[in-house]
Amino acid sequence: MSRFLLHRGAIALLVAITVSIIGFSLLRMSGDLAQVLAGDNAKPEQIAATAHLYGLDKPIWQQYLDWAGAALSGDLGRSLFSNEPVARMIAERIGVTIQLSLMSLIFAVVLAVPLGVLAATKPNSWLDRTALGISVFGQAIPNFWFGLILIIVFGVTLRWLPISGSDTIRHFILPTVTLGVAVMPAIMRLTRTGMLDALDSDYIRMARAKGLAPVSVLFKHALRNAILPVVSLTAVSLGFLLGGSVIVESVFALNGIGFLAFQSILRTDFPVVQSIVVFVSFAYILLTLLSDLINAYLDPRIRLG
Amino acid sequence: MTAIPRDRAIQLPRGHDLAEVQAPSPPEIMRRRARSHVGFIIGSTVVLLTFFVAIFAPMLTQYDPFAQDLTKRLIPPVWETKGSWEHIFGTDGLGRDYLTRLMFGARISLLVGFGAAAMAGLIGTTLGLIGGYFGGKVDAVVMYLVNVKLALPGVLVALSLISVIGGSVWVVVLVLGLLFWDRYVVVTRAVTQQIRTADYVTAAEAVGASRFRIIVGEILPNVLNHIIVIASLEMAVAILVEAALSFLGLGIRPPTPSWGLMVSEGRNFMFFQPYLVAIPGAAIFLLVISINMLGDGIRDITAPEGRN
Repeated sequence: MSRFLLHRGAIALLVAITVSIIGFSLLRMSGDLAQVLAGDNAKPEQIAATAHLYGLDKPIWQQYLDWAGAALSGDLGRSLFSNEPVARMIAERIGVTIQLSLMSLIFAVVLAVPLGVLAATKPNSWLDRTALGISVFGQAIPNFWFGLILIIVFGVTLRWLPISGSDTIRHFILPTVTLGVAVMPAIMRLTRTGMLDALDSDYIRMARAKGLAPVSVLFKHALRNAILPVVSLTAVSLGFLLGGSVIVESVFALNGIGFLAFQSILRTDFPVVQSIVVFVSFAYILLTLLSDLINAYLDPRIRLG
Repeated sequence: MTAIPRDRAIQLPRGHDLAEVQAPSPPEIMRRRARSHVGFIIGSTVVLLTFFVAIFAPMLTQYDPFAQDLTKRLIPPVWETKGSWEHIFGTDGLGRDYLTRLMFGARISLLVGFGAAAMAGLIGTTLGLIGGYFGGKVDAVVMYLVNVKLALPGVLVALSLISVIGGSVWVVVLVLGLLFWDRYVVVTRAVTQQIRTADYVTAAEAVGASRFRIIVGEILPNVLNHIIVIASLEMAVAILVEAALSFLGLGIRPPTPSWGLMVSEGRNFMFFQPYLVAIPGAAIFLLVISINMLGDGIRDITAPEGRN
């Protein structure tokens, strides 16, 4: 177990370092960041002064090490736009993004798992086809457009729900549905396949032969085995949601880190953008590591294999 | 007793006796499956139709997708009371014919979808073949690259890159191609690992074929139908992401008619002219769902017998 842990941890660390380098260089790929920051009509002296002010005149590896070193001690630099510390900006907004991600995930799981289980009990029935239809729908619908349609229908025509902002829980309903529908198909399909496999196995035949109640067979025996990959998918989806909420947050003007990242990209506010990219990547790495560990703990074949 | 799969069952044509009937050949089986696969039929029809419209757009409409006419702003589509057949889908906020822009927009979506899926396919398949065939340290490096790619938030990275490089169709294709190769790697690698010990691969090794030749000549053909299925999926994803990027204003730049951009421009009028948002979004949805149905169809049709 400890060897497995060490191995996984080392890979995660290596990936984290690489990701931080990529995140750091993203907005620097334009070539001359100082030129962009100083403006189109800047004179050469002004560009040089700007470059010096932000440390852009140092060699790129030196800039990276300075930034990474400071970041490790919690200092992510300051926003070029508002001069606020980036760490505080993220801390203020991360709550909204986490709330949205968790609510969407719960929405998706609550809908997808029972649907997947039911679909698997009667393959090719109308129920199975409906479930599959819903997942095809969720996979193909453009997220931002679905959000706008919800706004038009529930916010404007029916006037049931608020359409922008993040003040109350009601503000989160439409964004949650928008984002939840996007992650639901994968969870449903995985539950369905897992259940199909489980229901076809010998231990289920045994449980049925023993005369156990069908509900108990379904949920206590089959689902318990089918749910393992779903648990890791859920962890991975959460990582994806934290980074993927940029579109939905922008549509509903939710003040989370996705919206902040988007605004900062438009303003070439590179300290904010690189911090958020790296932050979201790290969250993803940690969550997948966690799901690997849970899996290894639950399934000895993985940790000893 | 196992039941004979339906598509393998021998059907006796009328007036023939048993001696003349042979089991259908694999291409014949696929043709039969294709003809009875509803999703495949609908999907391929819509995709082909979209291609047709995209290619012949200039001949199918009398309007110019860029020509503005402020005297004809916001004409509603034909099904509303003030609409007319002159502008079937109405006009946008700058008086441009909406159907014309929609038809030209199909070019962007298809170009981005194909371009990005092809580029990602090239990167991903190469990595998957190399990792799966060589294994060991090479494979570890490939998997490390996949992990890095998975950890990066794709949409954010795409937005940042396009904001610094600039938003032309080719930049979008390039960026999306660089971002969506992971699924190809995972699938190609798994299949390669399976067939790397197959007899025909061992035989090729025994007669001294080069590694390059084994990978390209023996393994790649067996991975190809998996790649086509992934390609259709990735094409759909690329079309969706392009639309989202353009919607956010960091993809295709105006006045180019991209469907995502049209939704974004229509957003300003969405409370009074919801059709401006509804129509291009529905077009994206329809194309993406058709591509997915086509991909699922290809998977079902080319699957080994009896698998669903």
